[in-house]
Amino acid sequence: MSNAATFDTRTDTAIPVESPLAYSYRRSGAPQAGGPSRLQLRERAMLGHLILRGGAIVLDEAVRDVLGISLPGQPQALVQDASGERSIQWLSPDEWLVIVPGGEEFPLETKLREHLGSAHFAISDVSGGQTLVEISGEAARELLMKTVIYDVHPSHFPVGKGVTTVFGKATTIIRRPSEDRWELVIRRSFADYCYRWLLDAAAEYGVNVQQ
Amino acid sequence: MSQSKQQVFRLNTGGRIDRSRTLSFTFNGQRYQGHPGDTLASALLANGVDIVNRSFKYSRPRGIVAAGAEEPNAIVQLGSSEAAQVPNVRATQQALYEGLAASSTNGWPNVQRDLMGLFGKLGGQFMPPGFYYKTFMAPASMWLTYEKYIRKAAGLGRSPMEADPDNYNHFNQHCDVLVVGAGAAGLAAALAAARSGARVMVADEQEEMGGSLLASRETLEDKLADQWVARVLDELAGCENVTLLPRTTANGYHDHNFVTLHERRTEHLSDTAPVENGHRQVRARLHRVRAGQVILSTGAHERPLVYAGNDVPGNMLAGAVSTYIRRYGVAPGRKLVLSTSNDYGYRAALDWKEAGCEVVAIVDAREAPASDWVDAARAQGIKIITGSAVIEAKGSNRVTAARVAKIDIVAFKVSGPVQELACDTIASSGGYSPVIHLASHTGARPTWRDDIIGFVPGLVKGVQACGGVNGTYALGDVLAEGVEAGIKAAAAMGHAVQTVTLPSAERLQQGPAVALFQVPHEKPTLRGPKQFVDLQNDVTAAGIELATREGFESIEHIKRYTAMGFGTDQGKLGNINGMAIAARCLKRSIPEVGTTVFRPNYTPVTFGAIVGRHCRDLFDPERYTALHQWHVERGAEFEDVGQWKRPWYYPQKRAGAVNGERESMAEAVARECLAVREKVGILDASTLGKIDIQGPDAREFLARIYTNKWEKLAVGKCRYGLMCKDDGMVTDDGVTSCLADNHFLMTTTTGGAAAILEWLELWHQTEWPELDVYFSSVTDHWATMTITGPEARKLLAEISDIDLDRDSFKFMDWRSGKVAGVPARVFRISFTGELTFEINVQANYAMHVWQTLFKHGEKYGLTPYGTETMHVLRAEKGFIIVGQETDGSVTPEDLGMQWCVGYDKPYSWIGKRALTRSDTKRENRKQLVGLRPKDPKVVLEEGAQIVLDPKHAIPMPMVGHVTSSYYSPILDSGFALAVVKGGHQKLGDTVYLPMADGQTHEAEIVSTIFYDPKGERQHV
Amino acid sequence: MFYIYCPYCGEHREEEEFHPKGQAHIERPKEPEACSDEEWGNYLFFRDNPRGVHHEMWVHAVGCRKFFNVTRHTVSYEILETYKMGEQPSITADSQSQAREGAAVSQQEGVRA
Repeated sequence: MSNAATFDTRTDTAIPVESPLAYSYRRSGAPQAGGPSRLQLRERAMLGHLILRGGAIVLDEAVRDVLGISLPGQPQALVQDASGERSIQWLSPDEWLVIVPGGEEFPLETKLREHLGSAHFAISDVSGGQTLVEISGEAARELLMKTVIYDVHPSHFPVGKGVTTVFGKATTIIRRPSEDRWELVIRRSFADYCYRWLLDAAAEYGVNVQQ
Repeated sequence: MSQSKQQVFRLNTGGRIDRSRTLSFTFNGQRYQGHPGDTLASALLANGVDIVNRSFKYSRPRGIVAAGAEEPNAIVQLGSSEAAQVPNVRATQQALYEGLAASSTNGWPNVQRDLMGLFGKLGGQFMPPGFYYKTFMAPASMWLTYEKYIRKAAGLGRSPMEADPDNYNHFNQHCDVLVVGAGAAGLAAALAAARSGARVMVADEQEEMGGSLLASRETLEDKLADQWVARVLDELAGCENVTLLPRTTANGYHDHNFVTLHERRTEHLSDTAPVENGHRQVRARLHRVRAGQVILSTGAHERPLVYAGNDVPGNMLAGAVSTYIRRYGVAPGRKLVLSTSNDYGYRAALDWKEAGCEVVAIVDAREAPASDWVDAARAQGIKIITGSAVIEAKGSNRVTAARVAKIDIVAFKVSGPVQELACDTIASSGGYSPVIHLASHTGARPTWRDDIIGFVPGLVKGVQACGGVNGTYALGDVLAEGVEAGIKAAAAMGHAVQTVTLPSAERLQQGPAVALFQVPHEKPTLRGPKQFVDLQNDVTAAGIELATREGFESIEHIKRYTAMGFGTDQGKLGNINGMAIAARCLKRSIPEVGTTVFRPNYTPVTFGAIVGRHCRDLFDPERYTALHQWHVERGAEFEDVGQWKRPWYYPQKRAGAVNGERESMAEAVARECLAVREKVGILDASTLGKIDIQGPDAREFLARIYTNKWEKLAVGKCRYGLMCKDDGMVTDDGVTSCLADNHFLMTTTTGGAAAILEWLELWHQTEWPELDVYFSSVTDHWATMTITGPEARKLLAEISDIDLDRDSFKFMDWRSGKVAGVPARVFRISFTGELTFEINVQANYAMHVWQTLFKHGEKYGLTPYGTETMHVLRAEKGFIIVGQETDGSVTPEDLGMQWCVGYDKPYSWIGKRALTRSDTKRENRKQLVGLRPKDPKVVLEEGAQIVLDPKHAIPMPMVGHVTSSYYSPILDSGFALAVVKGGHQKLGDTVYLPMADGQTHEAEIVSTIFYDPKGERQHV
Repeated sequence: MFYIYCPYCGEHREEEEFHPKGQAHIERPKEPEACSDEEWGNYLFFRDNPRGVHHEMWVHAVGCRKFFNVTRHTVSYEILETYKMGEQPSITADSQSQAREGAAVSQQEGVRA
C-alpha cells in the first residue's frame, strides 16, 4: 500500500449536490430548439474522475485487473469498457484520466492502490473539479471548429482519440468515444465560460440542451 | 431626392452582369443604378463618375485606376446607418447591392469642389517628402493640434460611433493543401490536388473564382476560358474533400504555414448582415488555417507607367480597362490612348476597339515591337507609335489629351518632338509585378528576375508558387505550373495524384518587353509636373529623387521618408516603380537598392473579424467558484483576481435607508473586519491553488523547492512555506499539509496556481527526474470555506463530528471528518490572526455546506467577507501577499522572514545560493516595515514614495514605497506596510511621503504586526 | 504562429498549447555553494542569443505538460527538430554550417511596408 492518504469525498446521504454547470443553467438556461435542432448538448454530471499517474508498465496490469480494460499506451488514445460507461484516456506518458460512473471512483482508487502496493504511482480524485459535456448532431464538428484549435476532421480525429487543447481562451479535454458523439471534459471554474461559449456558437444551428 | 442618372458608359452586351435587374445605390448622396455582378467601381464607371476621391496630401481629384485589390484611389466609406459604417473599402472589391450607400473618404466639403485642394495646390510645391516631420517638429506641445489637422486633412475614413450589430466568428481550419488565388494557376493546382483525395481549401478574394480568366480574350479548348472555369468549379464544388471560399482574402501568411483568411460572407448582400430565421447571419469569418502545403497562385498586378499627370482621372491600368469592358460591360471612356512597354497592354486596345470605342493610338516604348498581339492590333487598323511613350496626361478633372514623344530610356530623356493626342482615357502598362506580398510575410526574401522585370517570391518550407506570382504569364504555362504545384503539394502530404489533362491553350507568340518605369519628361523630374508613384500616399518621382539627394540611400529609409507603400496600400502599384526610380537616382540596379518586404494584412480586415466571438461577455473567461451563485444573490461586489471573480465585499442595505441605499465599500469592509475580530466571518477561499503531491520523495522535493524545512512535518500537520526562484527572490507562498508520509497537499496563491504547478514540473522533469514524486492540480475539485473569528469553533462544532478541542486539534493541524454531513478536510490555519478553520469539501457539495454554516451561524453573527477585508485583516497581522509586498526583487530576509529559511538544510534548495551573493546581503536593501501615519486619519496611498528629508531639493532621494495601506477598524487608524532601504534598522524613525497634491504625510516606521503582536488569538 | 511537434504526444500541435521556457541545456550547478558569484550569475542571468540555430526549452502546457527541447533557426523560424528532455540535439550550429558551406546567404535590406 502506497503511503498516501485516501479520502472518499462523496457521501451517500440525500445531501444536495450541484454540478459545475448548476449556476450556468440558472443564468443562461438550457435552450430547446425543438425537433429539428442540428446539435445536442448534454452534461454528464457527477461522474467519477481520477487522475492516474505512474509508469505505463506499472499501471497497466493493475488497471486491467481492476477495471477490465487495458491502459492505453499510445498518445491520445481513449479506451472504454464494453458498456461505454468507463473509460481511460492517455493524457501524457505518465498520466491518464479515468472516468467511471459516479461513486465508483473511491472503490476503484482503493482497489488500484491495493493492487499497486508499494510501486511508485499517484491517484488523485478530481471528480468535483470537472464535468463532462456531450455534443452530438450534424453540426457538432462545425461547432468544434469554432471552439477548439485542434483539428477535428475525422481523418485526423478518429473514434478512440482524446486530446487536451485550447477551448476559446480556456482549455479542455476533447474526446471522440463514438462516430456521432464528442465529449468535452471541462474544468469546474471555467464551466460557465465554456457553456456560454458553446451556446453562443451553437445558436445558429439550433441546439437542444439536455440537463 | 436627386434623379437617378443613366448608365451612359454601360455597354449593350458582354460582361458577367445581369442587365435584367437593376440595383440602385448612392455615392456621395447622389443616386445611381447598376446591375447584379457589378462592383461599386464598375457601377461608378458605368455612370461616368470620374472623381471618386481627393488625394491624401495634395487633395488632387482622383479616379478609379484598377479593378482589384491594388486600387489606390477608390477607397470609400460604406454604410447607410451610423452602426454600419465601414472605412477603407476599395470600391473595386465591393459588390454592388440594392441600397448600397458609399461616400468618399477624403474631400471637404465634397470631392467635386474641394477646399483642401486649393491648399494642396498652393502648398504643393512646399510639401516635399518629410513635410510633416519637418513642419510639425516643434514645439512638441503643439503636436496634438497638428495631429487633428493632419487627420482631418488625410481623412482615410472613420470608424462607426455606434455598436456594431453584426456577428463575426473564427474557424480553426486544417488542410493538406491551401490554394491562395483561384485564377488559372490556382484552379489547375486545386483540381490536381483535389483529385488526389487531399483536404484542399481554395481561397479567392473576388466575388467569383476564375481570376483573369473571367475577363480573358484567350481560349481554352477553343472556347472562352471562363467556360473552363465553370467546369472546374463544378467539379471542385462536388468534392467532399474541397472547401471553396470565395470572397475570402488570404491576408496574412505566418510561421509554419499558418494563414489567416478573411471571409466576407454577407458584405455583398447588404451593409449589415441579413437576419434569417430570427438569426443574424455571420457577417465575416476569420479562418485560422494550418496548412500542410500552401500553393500561392496570387497572380500579378499590372504596373502602371509613371508619367506626368498620371493621377488625373481617366488614367488607368491597361488590364483594368480590359476587365471593366469584358467582365462588367463598361467602357470607362470613349477615346483611348494606350501607353505600354509590352505585349500584354495590347489587349486593352483590342477590347476597347471591340467595344465600339475609338483607339486613338497605341504608344509602345519598344523601337520595333513584333508579335501576334502587335499584328492583331495592326489588323484592326489601330495606329501604333513606337519607341515612344505618353509623357504627360493633360486635364484636371478628367484626361483631355495625352502628350506623346519619342523617349530614350537609357539616357532617360525625351528624344523627339511632342505631339498631343486628344483622348479621355490613358491606359498604361509597364508589365506585371508578381503579387509576392504573402510570401514576403514569412520573411523569405524575393528574388529579382531581369527576364520578367519583377521580383518573384522567396519561398519557405511547404510552399509553392505557380503562375503569375512566379513570373509565368502565358496561359498554357500557367496551367501546367498550377497542375504541377498541385501534384507536388498533394504528394508531399502523402496523396498520389491521377493524371490531370490540361486544356489546350492558344499559343500566341510574344515579343520581349522593355524595362520602363518612370517616363522621362522634357523638364527634369524635380521641376516638371508631378509624376505619381504611390497614388494612395501621394508620393511622387520627384519626392523619391529628393530623398536620394538628401542622402537617403537605403530603400527602407526612402520608404519611411516619403511614405511610399504605407498604410492600406502596402505598395501594390508603386513599390517597384519607386525602387526603380531610387535605383536610377543612385545609379544602381533595382536588386541592389533592395528587395521589397510586405507586412500583413494584405488588405484591411475589420476589427469585428479579428475579434470574432472574443468580445463582450465572452471577451475573457471568468472563473467562478462553486459558491458564485450565492455571492451574486448576496449582492457581492466582485474583484478580478487573475481570471477569477472573487467577492470583494458584500455591501448591505444601510440601516434605516428608505430607498435601498447600500453601504459604501469602506462601511462594508469596516463591518466585515469587526465581525471577524469580534464574532465570526466566512470567506470563500476556493480560488487558492491546490496541488496534490504524492510519492516517496515528495518530502525531499518540498525541501528543495521551498526555503524552509519539511523533514519533520508529521502527518496531520500543516506548515507555511515560502518559495523563491533561483535568484533568491520570493515567488510564491502558501500552506502545505502532510496528508500521509508520501502525500502532501500544497496550496498556492490564487494567481500563481498554474505557474507554480508548471514550476514544480519544470524542476522535476529537468533537474531532479530521480525523485519519485507526482503533482496533480486539485484546485477545482475542492471548495474551501474559511470560518474565522472567536466564535468559529462553536459554529463548526454544531455541524461537525471532528473533535475541535484546542488541545487535540491545535493551530497548524488538519483533521478529516464530516461537516454538514459531507466528508471534509479541515485545516486550522489562519490568515487573519483569529481562530480559523478552513473547511475543504468536494466542490459539488460546497453550496450545501456553505448554506448549512449560515443556517447555524446566524446566532454567532456569521458574516461573509470578501478579499478587501481579507487584505486588511492579514495586513494588520503583517502577513505578506506575494505580488503586493513582493515584486520579484524581494528576498525572504527583506521581508523579515528569516524564520522561514532553512540555511542548514542538506540540499542547496532553490534560491539558497543567491541569498549569499553580495547584493542580496547588502544592508541597505529595501526591507519590509510597518508604517504608522502620524495622523491616524490618514490612509497612505499604495505606491507612494518614501523620503527621509522632505525639504530636500527635487529630485529627492527615494528610499522606498508603500506596498499595502488600509484603514484598520479595530485600531481606528490608518496603517501601512512598506519597503524602506535598511528599514529593519530604522524602527522608530520618521519618514515622509510627499504626494502629488502638495501634501506631505509623516509616518513612523514600526513593526509589521499591528494587531495581537504575540499571536495569541489564532491559538485559542 | 509555430506548429510544434511534441515528442511526447507524437504529433504537431499549435503554438497556443505551448509555453517557451528559454534556452535549453542550462544545467543547474551540482554544487551551487562551490560557485563563485560570477559563475552563479552566469548560470542565472546569461543566455545565448544566436542568429541561426538555437536550442530552446518549451513545455506542452495545454497538453501533456512535458518539457522538451526545440532546435529552431532564429532567422527563418524553422523548427529543425524537437527532442525529449535529457536527449541531445542531432542538429547544431556546427552541423548546419558544415552542411551549408559555401552557400552564403546575401542579406539585403528590404522595404517593410
